[in-house]
Amino acid sequence: MNTIHIPPTSGGQSSLSEYEQRALDTVCVNDSEEKESLPANLKYAAVGLLFGVVFVKAEVISWFRIQEMFRLQSFHMYGVIGTAVAVGALSVWLIKRYQIKAVNGEPVVFHDKKFNKGQIIGGALFGLGWAITGACPGPLFAQIGAGALAIFVTLFSAIAGTWVYGYFREKLPH
Amino acid sequence: MQMLTQFFDWIKAPWHWSVAGVLVGLTVPALLLLGNKHFGISANLRHACAACMPANIPFFRYEWKKEIWNFFFVGGLIAGAFVAAQWLQSGQPVAIHPDLAADLVQAGITDHSQLVPEQLFNFSNIFSLKGLFFFVIGGFLVGFGSRYAGGCTSGHAISGLSNLQLPSLIATIFFMVGGFISANWLVPFLLKL
Repeated sequence: MNTIHIPPTSGGQSSLSEYEQRALDTVCVNDSEEKESLPANLKYAAVGLLFGVVFVKAEVISWFRIQEMFRLQSFHMYGVIGTAVAVGALSVWLIKRYQIKAVNGEPVVFHDKKFNKGQIIGGALFGLGWAITGACPGPLFAQIGAGALAIFVTLFSAIAGTWVYGYFREKLPH
Repeated sequence: MQMLTQFFDWIKAPWHWSVAGVLVGLTVPALLLLGNKHFGISANLRHACAACMPANIPFFRYEWKKEIWNFFFVGGLIAGAFVAAQWLQSGQPVAIHPDLAADLVQAGITDHSQLVPEQLFNFSNIFSLKGLFFFVIGGFLVGFGSRYAGGCTSGHAISGLSNLQLPSLIATIFFMVGGFISANWLVPFLLKL
């Protein structure tokens, strides 16, 4: 479970606040208090669009590149992920250091993650699937966009896997 | 005019890993600064469950509409992949390591012209034993594992490591452990099915 520093804004039925419930087992959370209109959300689609182009152009969504990565036959994917982390870390450091605000004036919020066994067990299970399908969730969507329509089956199965996790969540070791 | 042609030639050739890495890395501050959003993709699978089939499971009972931005991001991702695949490709096959190519020939995969090998991921394979593993079980592990781990490659390996989170490093290490076992022992076995 994640530690949350934001005061709950509304009470849910469970003991967790709505925000805590929503942020459960999740990294990408909307930390904005602002309620954006649907057209305002198009800016995230624009970032996604660029991201999709990069995924295809750098062959990140290639099943072959993923096999090469895990067989240590190519540096390519290590280069992509390593550079991305370096750029991301520098950006986060700059945002924190100079307290750069989001465009709507809100301070950018960061959270510390807490360790749980899911990161080991779930992480390893995810890795097994990653090499078989040659895709993590982002590339699954991108492969479909690039025209590999059969991957819809994989995506549907991944959603089913997520649902089954949610169903058994309380019984699994964390 | 000549410069424009050269630019398009450059775009159409496969991009160097450093170009891709910088652009992927910039997604992190772009989303943070545009709207206090943390970059990650696997949560979309959970939002899909929450939106379509919550079934009164506590894990899917939250206001998924507050995360609707993530659906927009993924919509853009699909569109971007479509645009790049349709108009920005050189048409050259993916250049792969000769050892991998040799191994794949034995499994009947000789066509490297697509990013996703069509000889493996095609509709007629879906209902075979091979398809059960490569589509259904593989996909299930991706969905189940990423949620159990609390994030996938984007959430943990990129967002989490960018914020220097130890749990994200642990998750990333185990992604790699699973991937090494799978690609070196499991996948070669499954390809023979």
